[in-house]
Amino acid sequence: MASLRPGEANLGTTIMAVEFDGGVVVGADSRTTTGAYIANRVTDKLTKVHDLIYCCRSGSAADTQAIADVVKYHLELYAAQHNEPPTVKVAASLFQEICYQNKNNLSAGIIVAGWDARDGASVYEIPLGGSIHRQTFAIGGSGSTYIYGYCDKVFRDGMTKEQCVEFVKNSVSLAMTRDGSSGGVVRLAVITKDNVERIFVPGDMLPEQYLG
Amino acid sequence: MAPLVEPSAGFKFDNVKRNQLLGDKGYKLPTATKTGTTIVGLIFKDGLVLGADTRATAGPIVADKNCEKIHYLAPNMYCCGAGTAADTEFTTNMISSQLALHSLNTGREPRVVTAMTMLKQHLFKYHGHIGAALVLGGYDSTGPHLFTVYPHGSTDKLPYVTMGSGSLAAMSVFESRWRPGMSRDEGVEMVKEAIEAGIFNDLGSGSNVDVCVITKGNVEYLRNYARPNERVEKEQSYRFRKGVTEFYAPRAARRGQDSAEMDTSA
Repeated sequence: MASLRPGEANLGTTIMAVEFDGGVVVGADSRTTTGAYIANRVTDKLTKVHDLIYCCRSGSAADTQAIADVVKYHLELYAAQHNEPPTVKVAASLFQEICYQNKNNLSAGIIVAGWDARDGASVYEIPLGGSIHRQTFAIGGSGSTYIYGYCDKVFRDGMTKEQCVEFVKNSVSLAMTRDGSSGGVVRLAVITKDNVERIFVPGDMLPEQYLG
Repeated sequence: MAPLVEPSAGFKFDNVKRNQLLGDKGYKLPTATKTGTTIVGLIFKDGLVLGADTRATAGPIVADKNCEKIHYLAPNMYCCGAGTAADTEFTTNMISSQLALHSLNTGREPRVVTAMTMLKQHLFKYHGHIGAALVLGGYDSTGPHLFTVYPHGSTDKLPYVTMGSGSLAAMSVFESRWRPGMSRDEGVEMVKEAIEAGIFNDLGSGSNVDVCVITKGNVEYLRNYARPNERVEKEQSYRFRKGVTEFYAPRAARRGQDSAEMDTSA
């Protein structure tokens, strides 16, 4: 499997997505690093690939940007040819195909989330090897290892939109404080049937937690 | 079978074999000229400013004391280059000509995102082997835009950016002083200070400051905007006094008189 080459921009990241009735909440930290240097402290790792479908990017910045651009192109073409928006499943399958076929040359861990008329809200995780997993909530990136326990404990089925936003905000900011490769601000997106709402939480307005 | 005609253009891989041989024999491989650089860019109220130092290095040697690192891309777009000097030069030249054709085809001024996408797709294709780290800036129909492009093909869009070995020194200036809505003169002054931070604190950067101001429908390329390393008059004279060196009998040798004719017949 491809590892990060020297000098390559890295999204040593915390990313997350949660389903709720009628939509999804996606979230990410904002740190991009090259070695020990923070190349971008306000990165937007939540990338739109179609009107109501977003992906959360982790791994190599170059690889994930290139993949997202390709998927975005295919989805635009799909929508034009079928005269209807693509499903999240279609988007996630495109990501998976690219990640699997080129697994030896890519380092990309991606979460695809969004809303479509067929399946409603859905979240798919595509980890490094190029497998695909549908989940009710997904976490990813280097920071996620610190919050598996927290997420499993706190997550409940049937949470409201507001509860999901709090859940993502709390989880990502917990990971950001423990993972050196994650940090900065928390970026969120709430995707529902009608629109996408972007939320920005500055680094000094994060939820209260033990800071030692 | 050998080709009848040597190809006149494209890549040649002769040096790969040479480098392999050199490497096998334990010699150090030849290195490319790198621009151990400070390059920066920032957005101000009605446009953006690009800046660069002018030192080019080949290992520990300063190869050029006053090189140009702010490259032309289009009438409304310029691009600072750090990394391998040849790669930044050729990459920007190639994208520049593609942009020219593109705007001739469309009959429009090219957009900065177009240049950014072309650059990142080209660099991504070469897996980082093209060592071009760029700061791309321009003003198009959608306003001012500033991007960084990394050799592996990732890009960032930010209101103020720095790249190259002096990027840390330059970024410390921006992080402490940049604010939204600055005037043109404040922007130019801050870019000068950021580049000077690189020139004075980073060994890979040096010499002069080049600046480029891009606003709506206008470009000011200020070559050597600041020259903080001018050579000054020496404070003392280091010439020898007349008569300190002994010499044997002076011999006046004036052409045509004492000197013998040179024989050039052989």
